[in-house]
Amino acid sequence: MVLMRPDPTFYPSPGMAMQAPPERLAYVALLNAGKNGERDAMGVIDLDPSSSEYGRLVGRTDFPRGDNELHHFGWNACSACLCPQTPHPHMERRYLIVPGIGSSRIYILDTKPDPKQPKIVKVIEPEEFIKKTGYTSPHTIHCGPDCIYGSALGSANGDGPGGIFLMDANTFELKGQWEKDRGPQQLAYDFWWHLGHDTMITSEWGTPNMVKDGVNPELLLAGKYGHKIHIWDLDKRSHLQEIDLGAEQQWVLELRPSHDPQKTYGFVGVGVSLKDLSSSIWMWYREGSGKNTKWAVRKVIEIPAEPADPEKLPPLLKGFKAVPPLVTDINLSLDDRFLYVSCWGTGEFIQYDVSDPANPKKTGSVHLGGIVRRAAHPNKPKQPLNGGPQMVEISRDGKRVYFTNSLYSPWDEQIYPDGLKSWMVKLDAEPNGGMKLDEKFFVEFDGLRAHQVRLEGGDASSDSYCYSEAK
Amino acid sequence: MTHAEMGTTALWLMLLLGAYHGINPGMGWLFAVALGMQEQKGSAVAKALVPIALGHALSIGSVVLAAAFLGMALPPEAIRYPIAALLFGLGILSLVRHYHPRWVRMQVGFHDLTVWSFLMASAHGAGLMLLPVLLGSRTVEAADHMAGHHHASAAANPLAALLATAIHTFAYLAVTGLIAWVVYSKFGLAILHKTWINLNLIWAAALVVTSVVTLLI
Repeated sequence: MVLMRPDPTFYPSPGMAMQAPPERLAYVALLNAGKNGERDAMGVIDLDPSSSEYGRLVGRTDFPRGDNELHHFGWNACSACLCPQTPHPHMERRYLIVPGIGSSRIYILDTKPDPKQPKIVKVIEPEEFIKKTGYTSPHTIHCGPDCIYGSALGSANGDGPGGIFLMDANTFELKGQWEKDRGPQQLAYDFWWHLGHDTMITSEWGTPNMVKDGVNPELLLAGKYGHKIHIWDLDKRSHLQEIDLGAEQQWVLELRPSHDPQKTYGFVGVGVSLKDLSSSIWMWYREGSGKNTKWAVRKVIEIPAEPADPEKLPPLLKGFKAVPPLVTDINLSLDDRFLYVSCWGTGEFIQYDVSDPANPKKTGSVHLGGIVRRAAHPNKPKQPLNGGPQMVEISRDGKRVYFTNSLYSPWDEQIYPDGLKSWMVKLDAEPNGGMKLDEKFFVEFDGLRAHQVRLEGGDASSDSYCYSEAK
Repeated sequence: MTHAEMGTTALWLMLLLGAYHGINPGMGWLFAVALGMQEQKGSAVAKALVPIALGHALSIGSVVLAAAFLGMALPPEAIRYPIAALLFGLGILSLVRHYHPRWVRMQVGFHDLTVWSFLMASAHGAGLMLLPVLLGSRTVEAADHMAGHHHASAAANPLAALLATAIHTFAYLAVTGLIAWVVYSKFGLAILHKTWINLNLIWAAALVVTSVVTLLI
């Protein structure tokens, strides 16, 4: 559908997007844990505080199958449609592109006819995905200035290399592999970019064969999981630089570049250090300019493991006598000021002020779930929770933060072997730091596991911007 | 109607089309504004406008010149129908979907911006849109005398084609430059969010209309 005015949810700059009205709905990927006969689904949560159904699952679209392992879905169109190179802002933010890393299937959901009951309008089957891209396990979707980009964990046989694929934003036809020269890159996971600097960043987790049967302790202790980030020329689609965080830094996951297209830094979370089981956040940044441009990283946050009684630890961790924080997701507010960090192992959710990105300051912390702590939600203070803070999403205005607790079903089983029970919560963030749980918002999912959250109209990881308003 | 009057009408139409192309955000000023914001200085806006105008002129010029040379070799009817068909086809294509050249790069120098502007103008059929005016014009007299030709149409006159390109580009640069400056220094980008009407749709309609005009003149 072509509009006469730009889609009202497109904003030229992150600063303008912060003025957007509050979201009223959230879309949440719900995955079937495999043993209950249920199918995967897209859940719709009511976020309108004035609604009688606030904080409840008000819609649900069941998928035809339950083997998808739905991951980081995204919109067909976003603020990047306003970018000046090939502006096309008269598209609608309407379709959700939902990839499954378990099945290599991609679902296209239409949210317009009934926003609370999205309709599946297209399914890209694994055979077609593999044929057209040469990849398997599509993982993250971002809408770009020219088309839809996605990352995939592996090649057709489930080994490396993983990489980036392209999809037409109008027809949802796959356009093949993105890379023209991948250099030494083999492992893949997340990707994002600095649009103002024609730079793409990609991170590393593991190939489908390295992750699908759970954490492989041998690979882990040998430092074989991902420990690098890669810098690319976004326009030429060529590999520029490989930055190694060190083989002891395992699972280099979510990438959060500064939203302001003028800035040249971002944050990446690392799951676990083999040295001391700590997790860490690293900042990447550009040094020099022109032909002498180099990118570098430095560790800006380290979160230590917590000593624990082996009795309370899953078999995988018993020998270590400690709970690793397991930072699995991070997210950056649109003003590039607050970084939120999920510690899925210890059950801590931390807010940092990153106004000075090289020197983050801890400004808030909340505990929920956790391997040992099992912290309860104020809504049901007597009910111990498992799982921990995981996929986190921030409202455009930065005032509300949502997160869910499941990671990836084969890994859920290892870390929370008692059977992960899934929930979603909301926090209210103070303008100058600090946050607290909204007691009224505690969604429990029966049998299904909640993963990625997308907010109506866009959120802090759905859109990219081409215009800088920095003064 | 005298020759001179038709020449004046064509001149004004060229200026108007130039202004119309200048208004379109996708064809110049928006990129200039973005570069100004990226570099945080107004001079970057001005600097970008030169290659943008040059690329536009090259695109327009190559189309009208090609038509002029074809017009010298072929009878008017032989070029009129293909032009009408091209305009019509491009118009319908753009009505169905907004096609645009693939371009991701934002760090652009003089050369890149010239190429970008050339591609954007060419892909949108900016030069084609001028042809009916030249076909319909009896000629711009001065150019005609200098060339020493007396063809029925300015579309068959390379000098008239060059003059038309110059006039068009002048109007284009004046308008796109003015908008770029006003948006950069006064209004800011909020106007993009709310008031950016779908010029591509209007543009597509304009292509179809000019196609019909080409057949009628």
